[in-house]
Amino acid sequence: MKDKESVVVLQSVVLVAMIKLVGLTKQFDGFTAVDRVTLSVAPGEVLALLGPNGAGKTTTVRMLAAILRPTAGRVFVAGYSVTEHPREVRRRIGLLTERPGLYLRMRGEEYLDFFGCLMGLDADQCERRAKELLARFGIAKAWDQRMGTYSKGMRQKMALVRAMLHDPSVLLLDEPTSAMDPHSAKLVRDIVCSLRHHLRAIIICTHNLAEAEALADRIAIIRRGRIIALGTPAELKARLLGPPLIELRLSHSTDGVVKLVSDLVKVEAQGEDWLRYSTANPRETNPLLLQTLAAHGVGVVTLSEVPRSLEDVYLRVVEE
Amino acid sequence: MVAVTEHERAATGESLRLVLTLVKREVRDTLRDWRIVVPIIILTLFFPALMSFVANMALGWVARYGGPIIGEQMLSFLLMVVGFFPISVSLAIALETFVGEKERSSLEPLLATPLTDTQLYLGKTLAAMLPPLSAAYLGIIVYLVGLYFVKGWTPPPALLLLVVLLTTVEGLVMISSAVVVSSQTTSVRAANLLASFIIIPAALLIQGEAVIMFWADYSVLWWIVLFLAVVDIILVRMGIRIFNREELLGREIDRLDAASLWRKFCGYLRWERWFFGLDLQGESGERMPAWLRWLGTIGGLYGRDVPAILRRSWLALAVVVIGLLYSVCIGYALAARYQLPPEMLQLEHISAEAFTEFPAVDWLPAFTVWGVLANNVRSLLLAALLAVFSFGTLAVALLMVPLAIVFFFVTQAAYVGYSPALFFAAFVLPHGLLELPAATIATALAVRLGAAFTSPPRGMTVSDGWLWALADFVKVFVALVVPLLALAAAVEVHVTPYVVVWAFGG
Repeated sequence: MKDKESVVVLQSVVLVAMIKLVGLTKQFDGFTAVDRVTLSVAPGEVLALLGPNGAGKTTTVRMLAAILRPTAGRVFVAGYSVTEHPREVRRRIGLLTERPGLYLRMRGEEYLDFFGCLMGLDADQCERRAKELLARFGIAKAWDQRMGTYSKGMRQKMALVRAMLHDPSVLLLDEPTSAMDPHSAKLVRDIVCSLRHHLRAIIICTHNLAEAEALADRIAIIRRGRIIALGTPAELKARLLGPPLIELRLSHSTDGVVKLVSDLVKVEAQGEDWLRYSTANPRETNPLLLQTLAAHGVGVVTLSEVPRSLEDVYLRVVEE
Repeated sequence: MVAVTEHERAATGESLRLVLTLVKREVRDTLRDWRIVVPIIILTLFFPALMSFVANMALGWVARYGGPIIGEQMLSFLLMVVGFFPISVSLAIALETFVGEKERSSLEPLLATPLTDTQLYLGKTLAAMLPPLSAAYLGIIVYLVGLYFVKGWTPPPALLLLVVLLTTVEGLVMISSAVVVSSQTTSVRAANLLASFIIIPAALLIQGEAVIMFWADYSVLWWIVLFLAVVDIILVRMGIRIFNREELLGREIDRLDAASLWRKFCGYLRWERWFFGLDLQGESGERMPAWLRWLGTIGGLYGRDVPAILRRSWLALAVVVIGLLYSVCIGYALAARYQLPPEMLQLEHISAEAFTEFPAVDWLPAFTVWGVLANNVRSLLLAALLAVFSFGTLAVALLMVPLAIVFFFVTQAAYVGYSPALFFAAFVLPHGLLELPAATIATALAVRLGAAFTSPPRGMTVSDGWLWALADFVKVFVALVVPLLALAAAVEVHVTPYVVVWAFGG
């Protein structure tokens, strides 16, 4: 484990990282909330931070936002240390908190003007940017409405606009699509994806595994303050769920077919006209298998990979 | 003189801009809350108008019984009350300042902005101060306008200035305290409960001021203005110093964990063994003979720990020494003002037995070693207790009183014709050489106990800082102060009387 950590530390030093955590630790009165977390996020990369409640996700994000001070370890955001230059870090991050936390007696315009001003935007710049973002999120009418009258989804979108108002290099998003209808959630996901092209580094904390899989380039699973799995969704699946599972559907019964293919692959399950096998190297195995079946006159209807969800990975890792 | 650079000026301007942005938002938000605005309007418009009407009626009533002076004083008193009421009601704004935002989850986005702790705290405090103070001034104006129209009364400018300043500093103290409470609690409910610790003393102060106002000794009220202004500066400084965004966000429940506090206190009480470079720590220390470890414990306490405590208490020690020097001046000034008749200070016939006659005065301790020691220990412990509730000031004041008395008599002795140096050397120095340093050190550590609330050491919470100061106090009190006081008591009882008799007696 230590070797692996060292490798990751080395990578984070060598690669240009917008977010870099090295041995990040946070203790509260003897309780370790975050335990030697080491990872990095490159510009244009989306990292999903997954984990059960109380795993340390929010504490990690708060340390990245220079709200909490690490007990040990180092954190750099956009090149600034959160302990030495917290204000510079806060200037460069956009934080979406777990709850929108709006001032409900204010109008959208006043609210965004307030945060724009704190973030150093001038009034014109702030208005232009705010209106542009509100339009992108489909809530242009929120501009002159009191926020107390907003729906839950609108509040969440307004909080996202607040986080993105100053065009930060780093976005820390805690449950970005919670309380949103499917259409709005897709809109937000599309916007997050578009930010990737603008080389923004994004960390998303979520319990929505499908969303994490759809958005994230890499996934970090955190439990009891420690990163217990880190990699792309495909890597994690391969590492934790074993080789891909392929389903073969035939035009007739599988009788005798299992024997034909068992030299090439390991058959995991079979039915009347289908069978499932796993293979570590589908690129080589599958064409070979098809050639064998064709040579023996076995008709193949479909050959496809059995979808394995991130949920399987997550449950496997967390339960272990 | 250091020139202010362009960069520094720009930074200050930027800082001020951020604070004002916050103030503007907060005030605007407050003025949109009808639950705050309606009571303020009632208390600033309706109540003062009613007061001016009542004052006019009361004036006529007391005049019928030949007491117009009381009526006049009542007008001044009500002037003070109409300013106070809106402030007490608006305390809710200050109490909500931080903890209200925390409960509404709007604090975290604010903490993630480039605002520094000081900017955030000052912005919030200013915003909490503006509506109540404006309401108080408006209330005073409405009351005065009403009185002018119904009675034609206008206050003397000095009185008006006094009441406005008094209202301002009282308001600032109450609001600053409420903001401190708001930044240190975890729920609005808890903050409201703690508000009674602000409202009750403030109400008592108003009652005291009312008595003084009827007594018409306005000079005392000016001193109160000065005192409250100092308290306010301390409170704002304390608020900024103990404000901790991490604690504010991290603390979820107010819980008194006595076991954890005790463990921390015991941890601060510990010290490392030391005996002239011998390795007495850890396993190697445990292998040493018991007598050497015991020497190491004593050596560590007196050779390392107590000196370290005294070094880190240098500021408190300096404060106490300055206080003591000032008490010398007070004693001298009082003696110059109230000279005793020469026959009261005839020392030629003094005898050692004269010292034992003091117990005839009830409150003085028996003139025995134990009596003197117990009295000194009790006084210093009481001073430490009072220091906790007075930011350390009362501890210094308690020590200043006896020294001022001593120098009162030293000066009186000089007036009568005795050598003041000989008087001091005979009456005070023999035991004072031990007692004065002991009392100074104990008081300095008591000052730290009080000051820990206003400025806990860097990286420590208020409770940690206070427990640390308490552990330091306990260690030094037991290891240094009590032994010194015991020796001083023995000298005071068995040596000082004979030195006095030798120097002055027949």
